[in-house]
Amino acid sequence: MSEKAEEKALLGRTSVGFWLYLMTDCMLFASLFATFVVLRTATADGPSSRDIFEMPLVLTETIILLVSSFTCGLALLGMKAGKVRQVIWALALTYMLGAAFLVIELSEFAKLVSEGHSWQQSAFLSAFFTLVGTHGLHILIGLIWLVVLVGVILRRGMTAKTIRQLTLFGLFWHFLDLVWIFIFTIVYLMGVAV
Amino acid sequence: MLGRLTWDAIPKDPVTLGAAVGIVFGGLAFVIGMTYFKKWKWLWQNWLTSLDPKKIGVMYIAVAVVMLLRGLADAGMLRAQQAIFATSAHSPISPELFQQVFSAHGTIMIFFVAMGVMFGLINLIVPLQIGARDVAFPLLNSISFWLFAVGMVLINLSLVVGEFSAAGWLGYPPLSGLEYSPGTGIDYWIWSLQIAGVGSLLSGVNFLVTIFTMRRKGMSLMKMPVFVWSVVASMLLVVAAFPILTATLAMLSLDRTLGMHFFTSDFGGNPMMYVNLIWAWGHPEVYILILPAFGIFSEIVPVFSRKRLFGYKSMVFALMAISFLSFAVWLHHFFTMGAGANVNAFFGIMTMVIAIPTGVKVFNWIFTMYRGRIRFTTPMVWFIGFAVTFTIGGVTGVLLAVPGIDFQMHNSLFLVAHFHNMIIGGVLFGFFAGIAYWFPKFAGFRLHEGLGKAAAWSWIIGFMVAFLPLYALGFMGAARRLDSYDPSLGWQGLFIVAGIGVLIILLGTLLLVAQVGYSIWKRKELACGPDPWDGRTLEWSTSTPIAEYNFATLDQVTHRDEYWELKQAHKKASTAYSDIHLPKNSGYGVYIAAAAFVFGFAVIWHIWWLALIAIVVLIGLAIASTLRTDTERTISADEVAATEKRLRGAHV
Repeated sequence: MSEKAEEKALLGRTSVGFWLYLMTDCMLFASLFATFVVLRTATADGPSSRDIFEMPLVLTETIILLVSSFTCGLALLGMKAGKVRQVIWALALTYMLGAAFLVIELSEFAKLVSEGHSWQQSAFLSAFFTLVGTHGLHILIGLIWLVVLVGVILRRGMTAKTIRQLTLFGLFWHFLDLVWIFIFTIVYLMGVAV
Repeated sequence: MLGRLTWDAIPKDPVTLGAAVGIVFGGLAFVIGMTYFKKWKWLWQNWLTSLDPKKIGVMYIAVAVVMLLRGLADAGMLRAQQAIFATSAHSPISPELFQQVFSAHGTIMIFFVAMGVMFGLINLIVPLQIGARDVAFPLLNSISFWLFAVGMVLINLSLVVGEFSAAGWLGYPPLSGLEYSPGTGIDYWIWSLQIAGVGSLLSGVNFLVTIFTMRRKGMSLMKMPVFVWSVVASMLLVVAAFPILTATLAMLSLDRTLGMHFFTSDFGGNPMMYVNLIWAWGHPEVYILILPAFGIFSEIVPVFSRKRLFGYKSMVFALMAISFLSFAVWLHHFFTMGAGANVNAFFGIMTMVIAIPTGVKVFNWIFTMYRGRIRFTTPMVWFIGFAVTFTIGGVTGVLLAVPGIDFQMHNSLFLVAHFHNMIIGGVLFGFFAGIAYWFPKFAGFRLHEGLGKAAAWSWIIGFMVAFLPLYALGFMGAARRLDSYDPSLGWQGLFIVAGIGVLIILLGTLLLVAQVGYSIWKRKELACGPDPWDGRTLEWSTSTPIAEYNFATLDQVTHRDEYWELKQAHKKASTAYSDIHLPKNSGYGVYIAAAAFVFGFAVIWHIWWLALIAIVVLIGLAIASTLRTDTERTISADEVAATEKRLRGAHV
């Protein structure tokens, strides 16, 4: 096989593998969603979702994350066009938006805990903190990945390997966006509508 | 500073202490031996850091065999207690220890024996059968193995430091919650399974990608050997089911360490949610184990009947149907939960439906044998044993699928007899058959037939003697996991018979060990060529010993039984050699798993600073492993030609 064909095969293989990994992650979130839905009314005399969710803040978070998916897409477009500068600044924007999202989420968590509504108060809050926190943990991993990725691109340029890793990162980031849409709908919107 | 870890963690009870001393001295003897013979470097370079799936497969099976001996020792203790000591006041096995032993027996046999042999055989056979030189992600494969190994180390460490879970192999809450199990036993169980489980998950992804993207040119999906199909079905289940286990164990451990209330009996927690989740993983898990065993028999029966497999397509459809249905039956493990008649009826019917594709497979194997030229070698003896015991297990399974009957038999020894029928008679016999079948391919000599057949018959007869009485005891009302019962119930006679059965199984195990030992001793007489059984699939077309690159040339595949057709047409593999790229060895599997081990140990003992360091190191190692460059080495065409001449010279 020629070098180019081998490279293409490798890219295909890693993409298939990463898609499969994302499906396993999907099952992980599905388990947490199922548990949350079962336990959402198990408030044990503590607050219900209606009492604690601040929708304007959550909407802000959602918009920030959606925009970060857009900037991530810009980075991938830059990669396809061979514009390394565009890749770098778009990834930097993605990083800042992701970090902002995480800060808002953590401040929401901190506020709840300071008001006495920690994960120890009820099964509902345990399920809430775990489901949303698991998504937050994924965002954190994504941010660490971003730093490494930008470092590698700056150092080694757009090699076949960095292109592969950037493609996978794009998949990962869009996937987290998608999971958040479900969290926004099932946890927050349905939580205040009940 | 050291969390919960104090000198009290050293076991006091004489049985556990004996095992602990055995482990420590065994480990010391190994270290001293390796150092004395200066074998560390050899071990590190040739095995521990190897990314060759053939070597990783052997390591999986080696770990699993050691664990099989431990699991059998546990089983012997359980049976001894129930046959001899259950009716007396004095037993060397305390009730607390008895509970730990049956929990360890189940956990070890499923996770570290059955899963270990399965992944071992998949590593050994799948790349060869699809005509590939490697797996899709070689380093990930090594990481998977080492995570599995670290899970195994953790579960055995609980004998030396601390205690093991006393809540059964699935650790139902609230018993496994902090309130009723404050010790470290449940945490050992959680983290051992969590770490090994992540390894299995990564393996699942790896082998699916391997099979989907690395098949030899010309091998369409419907030309794959049925073993490969069975691995596709099984790995699809791994990918879909293991994340549920990861999430469930994570929630249980959050309950235990951060004071959450997922499965507690107060603050709104719902223990039945755990039972639902664990079986949403647990039921597919048993199919993950049995499907590759089906695949192994689908390879063995045609070869030893000298016929094509009967009903290839129906075999493939049956495999896929079983893997789909296995996700729609989990509730049959707890009909007594009280979900209502309609829900129970649905899951009861779905369970019975699984008997159809399974029956298709059994008939296909029998039709393959019909009018074949059957050779009754050791693998075929295992198959006969399998066909009988597995069918008995299937019939009792359909019985248990009736919710009304299940209410009566739930948690009785009838159930224990049923699932051992499936797991020993199905999974284990299948794996023994597979090892007997493929051993000569890798070793270059056959296993001694006489000893092998004696072992197989001991296992088959021992199994019947050990487990058929349990069906009767179940009907008589004996619950599972009893460490004592009233002598006036009249159960002891049957328990003694069951105990004798276990002794026969132990004899069978001894014979297996003797078979391997004797065959190594007599390897000159038992030496064989690369195709000792007149095989049909590509793995038999390589040289023996197999070159590290498996295949020197990648000729196009045109038939389902490719190698058989090549032999019929007297065709030889092409000799147009070219350069071959293989991955270099890497120590990252060992490093990453070591960090995971420290993390698991630190969390079990609440040594939080150490856990933090371990997780930072783990992330650093993961990043470093992606930054590696120069990961490949090239074997030149000339070297390939020389190797082929050396390996094939005697047989071509």
